[in-house]
Amino acid sequence: MRAYILMAVGFAAAAAAKDKPAPPPPAPPPEIIAAPKDPWPSQYKPYPAQTTVIRGATIYDGAGKRIDGGMIRLEAGRIAEIGATVAIPEGARVIDAAGKYVTAGIIDIHSHLGVYPSPGVEAHSDGNEGTSPARPEVWAEHSVWPQDPGFSRALAGGITALHVLPGSANLFGGRGTTLKPVYGRSVQEMKFPGAPYSLKMACGENPKRVYGNRNQLPSTRMGNIAYARQLWSDATAYKRRWDDYTRRAQAGTAKPTDAPRRELALDTMMGVLNGEILVQNHCYRADEMANVISMAREFSYKVTTFHHAVESYKIADMLKAEGICSAMWADWYGFKMESFDGIKENIALVHNAGACAIVHSDDENGIQRLNQEASKALAAGRRLGIDVPPETAWTWLSLNPAKGLGIADKTGSLEVGKAADVVLWSAEPFSVYARPMQVWIDGALMYDWGDPKRRPTSDFELGQPGVGEVK
Amino acid sequence: MKRLLLTAALAATPALAAPIAITGATLMTGQGDGVIANATLVFDNGRITALGAGLPVPPGASVVDARGRIVTPGIIAAASDIGLSEVNGVRETNDSAARQSAFSAALDVSTAINPRSLHIPINRLGGITRAVVVPDSASTIFGGQGAVISLAAAGPTVTRARAFQYMEMGENGARLAGGSRPAAWAQLANMLAEAQRYAANPALFDRGQDSGALAKRLDAEALAPVLDGRQALLIHAERASDIAEVLKLKARYPALRPVLVGAREAWLVAAEIARAGVPVITHSLYDLPDDFESLAASRNNIGHLQAAGVTVALGALGGIGGTAPFNLPSYAGNAVAQGLVPGGKGLTKGQALAAITANPARIMGLSDLGTLAVGKRADVVIWDGDPLELQSAPVAVYIDGVAQPMASRQTELANRYKALGRTDLPLQYPR
Repeated sequence: MRAYILMAVGFAAAAAAKDKPAPPPPAPPPEIIAAPKDPWPSQYKPYPAQTTVIRGATIYDGAGKRIDGGMIRLEAGRIAEIGATVAIPEGARVIDAAGKYVTAGIIDIHSHLGVYPSPGVEAHSDGNEGTSPARPEVWAEHSVWPQDPGFSRALAGGITALHVLPGSANLFGGRGTTLKPVYGRSVQEMKFPGAPYSLKMACGENPKRVYGNRNQLPSTRMGNIAYARQLWSDATAYKRRWDDYTRRAQAGTAKPTDAPRRELALDTMMGVLNGEILVQNHCYRADEMANVISMAREFSYKVTTFHHAVESYKIADMLKAEGICSAMWADWYGFKMESFDGIKENIALVHNAGACAIVHSDDENGIQRLNQEASKALAAGRRLGIDVPPETAWTWLSLNPAKGLGIADKTGSLEVGKAADVVLWSAEPFSVYARPMQVWIDGALMYDWGDPKRRPTSDFELGQPGVGEVK
Repeated sequence: MKRLLLTAALAATPALAAPIAITGATLMTGQGDGVIANATLVFDNGRITALGAGLPVPPGASVVDARGRIVTPGIIAAASDIGLSEVNGVRETNDSAARQSAFSAALDVSTAINPRSLHIPINRLGGITRAVVVPDSASTIFGGQGAVISLAAAGPTVTRARAFQYMEMGENGARLAGGSRPAAWAQLANMLAEAQRYAANPALFDRGQDSGALAKRLDAEALAPVLDGRQALLIHAERASDIAEVLKLKARYPALRPVLVGAREAWLVAAEIARAGVPVITHSLYDLPDDFESLAASRNNIGHLQAAGVTVALGALGGIGGTAPFNLPSYAGNAVAQGLVPGGKGLTKGQALAAITANPARIMGLSDLGTLAVGKRADVVIWDGDPLELQSAPVAVYIDGVAQPMASRQTELANRYKALGRTDLPLQYPR
């Protein structure tokens, strides 16, 4: 078990700056113990990519720009060129896409694929470690079943990255991980390289119900907050111990045996306090989001995104000021008390206030049609007098979730140098009649609606009734 | 019974003002793929009295200019819980299921329908004018007697009480019956035998009771109209083999009118379903092996069934997150889109519209609903675009000829929070 990573850090430069006289012979670099940042690294490798030029399409670039009759070149896994015309290198595959649409790939910031896979039998139920209100030590990726048939359906819906989260039974559900809908033999082969971890948190009804029913803390919303604050306080103390140790170790006054004992739960929390792990916070009600914002201020951490934020429209100005994204459904409402005030105009109102709006699924079916969810939200906004151009609304599906996942420097828009995560649509993608025809991930054609050899079948579905049927 | 239904239908037709003529519209009637362009649609006293291209407006009619608009029959949700459950997760507002009830088939959901439910206006704004309200089974395989309701603001809400019986087969049925599919079929056979015994002589029912038969008098009584075909029997079954077993019921109980619900693997036995004349209520978006009874789920299901000649209707069934009746038009649109995929089987637009209008009416035996035709009830929706498109919405909804209010609690919330700026009083005061 490689529980510790020994990091040799050279302090020669810092030491040299202090000591002006001729330095003594450099001491051997001190051993500094640190929690490993990425002990389960991605082993994803992009599949072979052919240089491809798509021309004649209407392009929504995912960053808010639209190009009519535009061209785009995918080369070496990246967006090489985009505009009214692009160079066509010899040997490139050229797709005439007049009347078709090209968009940035869709990114779902809230999925449980793999942790609640299909078929949804009890033996597959791996999304909630509901044994304590705080389980920041569990990682969703260790529950992911890479053979979930849902990954193939998500891909066919134009998904090029997805964030898999633990469930919301707990106040601290554990770490979420960003994957590509590219089948692998292990979850590591699906992990989005360089994507930060998240910490899934939850407020409201779920934690208080789950633990209240067991007659334990938390059984109320005030219990939720009290429990969470205590844990943040513990995490702060833990971080203090590590910071103190690291400072002393760097000064050469602490031995490796002085390093604090690693607490895996608090490692995750410390990662948040250090700004390395992003908080994805399940929270429906506006007043509860406001409470969480106060808690985040008290303990100096940042909430990246509120998920299922059906009441974001009530505090859209506050969310804008705080720089917090809202991940939302188009029209889910009323199925539980905290979703009672859900309205179809939520996404448009959040966007209109200048806050970051994201369309999410939380659903193995919804993830296949996030374009349709955005379309409904767009229309609801229009009826309220909020006219958002479709190319702007596409940011709800690509660049904004990329920001919410800390991968916007790598994907989320069709900008030169970013990953060639691209969808070719059969029609305007906000139409109910539109379907992805082809989906590229890192420039590799991973889905083609007209080519059965470019449509994956998970191990589970092999040899089962209905295999081979267009789903 | 027939006379009772007739009286109920008459009572449900409200007294009305002047006839209404919708002019310049494109009519999608719910029958076939043809449309009637530049049409006039007239209704009076709650019934459609005339429709056709360029018809004159009758004297005294108030005219609704619908140039550039599409007009359809009101959408009928072939399955829903509208009026039966207010907040699903708040138990005391949810009358869908009764786990601890001593009764099952006897449960009559019409006694729980709440005409003031917030979901009535919310769904009406999506063009839903009638809904089939389906109970859940919880204490036995039988869920009870469902209803057809109207979403008219002024009511009357119950269009037909005790319109059908609902039951579970497949995995749910097995669980409810004690743990296996054979147990579920035994429970069904036993209950139908008890219903037969009840129907033969109600007075003798209690005396002759086999103490092992476990049939309550009221449940046996409730199943009598299922046996003689007065009530349809909605049967939830997903796996192809379960569906095949359901189809065998008609040999044993000739008057039975089974309707398959869910039916994710129906396409594997589409020809047999068509031959049996059994209609199907399903969802257009099932495409995952959600469980071992739906391994063959595909969005092609509906297209295959339609091609085989099965009457298919779309319901707001579970299994697809966020499913709400107001999305049924776009679910129908998705069934059209499926036909555009290489290898896909879909519906034409006309067939898709029928799956949310004419077909649910037919399945429920609502002969005066579901299409735009003379003599039908004037459940009419005027749309601002292609009714199956995601961005379209009704601009006017008529139920039994009455123009409906176009507001809901949701639109009130949106208007309240449209501007967040602080003024002299909190947002909770009228502005």
